[in-house]
Amino acid sequence: MTKTQKPKLAVWKFASCSGCQLSLLDCENELLAITEKLEIAYFPKASRAVVKGPYDLSLVEGSITTPHDAERIHKVRQNSKFLVSIGACATAGGIQALRNFKDVKEFISFVYASPQYIETLNKSTPISDHVFVDFELRGCPINKYQLLELINAFLNKRKPVIPAYSVCMECKRMGNICVMVACGTPCLGPVTQAGCGAICPSFNRGCYGCFGPKESVNTGSLAGWMKTLNVDEDDLVRIFRSFNAYADSFRKESEAHEK
Amino acid sequence: MKNKSIKVDYLARVEGEGGLHIKIKNDKVIDVKFKIFEPPRFFEAFLRGRKFTEAPDITARICGICPIAYQMSSAHAMEMACGVKVEGMLRALRRLIYCGEWIESHALHVFMLHAPDFLGYEDAVTMAADHPDLVKKGLKLKKIGNDLMIFLGGREIHPVNLCVGGFYKVPTKKELQKMVEPLKWALEASKETVRFASTLDFPEFNQDYEFVSIGHDKEYPINEGRIISNKGVDIPVSDFLNVFEEQHVGHSTSLHSVIKERGAYHVGPMARYNLNFDKLTPLAQKAAVEAGLGPECKNPFKSIIVRAVELVFACEEALRIIDEYEMPDFPYIDTTPKAGVGYGATEAPRGLLYHRYEIDNDGVIKTARIVAPTSQNQKVMENDLAAFVPKNLNLSHDDLTWKCEQTIRNYDPCISCSCHFLKLHVECE
Repeated sequence: MTKTQKPKLAVWKFASCSGCQLSLLDCENELLAITEKLEIAYFPKASRAVVKGPYDLSLVEGSITTPHDAERIHKVRQNSKFLVSIGACATAGGIQALRNFKDVKEFISFVYASPQYIETLNKSTPISDHVFVDFELRGCPINKYQLLELINAFLNKRKPVIPAYSVCMECKRMGNICVMVACGTPCLGPVTQAGCGAICPSFNRGCYGCFGPKESVNTGSLAGWMKTLNVDEDDLVRIFRSFNAYADSFRKESEAHEK
Repeated sequence: MKNKSIKVDYLARVEGEGGLHIKIKNDKVIDVKFKIFEPPRFFEAFLRGRKFTEAPDITARICGICPIAYQMSSAHAMEMACGVKVEGMLRALRRLIYCGEWIESHALHVFMLHAPDFLGYEDAVTMAADHPDLVKKGLKLKKIGNDLMIFLGGREIHPVNLCVGGFYKVPTKKELQKMVEPLKWALEASKETVRFASTLDFPEFNQDYEFVSIGHDKEYPINEGRIISNKGVDIPVSDFLNVFEEQHVGHSTSLHSVIKERGAYHVGPMARYNLNFDKLTPLAQKAAVEAGLGPECKNPFKSIIVRAVELVFACEEALRIIDEYEMPDFPYIDTTPKAGVGYGATEAPRGLLYHRYEIDNDGVIKTARIVAPTSQNQKVMENDLAAFVPKNLNLSHDDLTWKCEQTIRNYDPCISCSCHFLKLHVECE
């Protein structure tokens, strides 16, 4: 197969830590096999070469936080046949969406001595708030095996198998003892989408929700159980307000506990 | 070509969003800007009001390549504020997972980001077509670093097992043994990497830097010590802001850090190496000497050899720690918050990472200050370009642009950290 016949892959970065795009380079055993099937057409973190679009598969990392990026994402969409947002920043606004609950002007003055140089939006928002997204991969960071599944599904023209159930399902299957029931450790497992492999409970700590809320969750009930473990209102706000703070159900639950 | 301009809008093979803009008039460089346009994320602002125990997990999200560095500097700072010191096997385990991060990050840079510049490829994937064994070895080495992070931390990016006071869970001695064989392979592969790196072509480019790193009596610096330099700095971490200051310039969303009295300084593998050569493990020292590197190396293009030497060090050190390991009775030390200020500085793969926090009696963060390696190296990178370009004006525009990019990549900049990517713009008037 010649180079031009392979589908073209592009990797885009918006406000983020680069961890999710690093996941692609972290597929050490699979990377060279991937490049046999996909042409890496645009991936600045890995290559100087830039092949013109349109791109068959675009992976978009990061959230929209500046006026310039709010325009750039539309160009990315126009140049992409299949657009997948990857990671909590791209799917929910990320940790930087904590600004959405505060006055961003005050934030700028805390960090930068000359605020006039800084251009930023009031809110950090997910990609889907700006353009149509074909698929989302959750996680802070994403799970590289889910990324491989997505690429595999794309190459074979099928739907990716990405479970929508909760971390509890994964945790039970691993045979972990429930950290919340047995140890009284607050855990977001019941309301968080699976995908990480229940690593936090496997290390004796509570899930902190980095894959974001699963579909139709009862966050209020979980918060009630946490209160019985002496978690106070301030801590409930913090628990629901982290890497997926601006995901709808987590946002509402954190606001419900704000004084 | 008397007047020219070199412009790279989006610098590749570095972490984050940045560019270069160099103006040349009458064969003189009149302006060099290493522009950083990574959108700011305001970590220091939203850390206010969070619990002291949350700082490691939150600050890890500043950088997907060196999360351990952030977790470690913040944990150390919080422990200092609370009057707790993590010692013995817990301290050793922290050093061990940090070795994992150095191996993963250095292997990524040496093989996938830096080597293609020397061998003339756009990226490691095209390089793999001609040098398959080299790229495969690099990937395997990187994987072993990541496997160590996964084993101790739960995952390679944003590990979950570190906390203020230690770890959530510690491995048994027997469990840890499974890392021995891979690390032995990695040690041999790292020695070969030093030999490979020493055969590359380097431009003559020795610079008079002020190197800054952590210095420790007995160890090659990773997570504890004073802050030292080759020009007289020798201070406790708590004095950092008395000697260093961050400046905000218009062409960058990353703050520029300088030594108040003297200006630019250099952090990272070369700084650690030059200041702490005598503390390297025996095999690392031997590999360096065999590669023709003395105890001093002032050519930033040779940082690829220094990173390879640090790979040897990290593998050897990891094996030593595993050999001496005994499982501690408790995975962490209980830490009760008390009002105060804490400082932490550790050696991220790309250099010194400083954190300072003020917390109240409930452990709520009042103020936070983070100085990342790349913001410290920005001025040195610009100085290097200003020195490099006039000597190389005979190169074609494309070759000079590439060399300028390489001059920046020598530092393995991590722009998400500094704020957070690079863009190169060379302008000919």
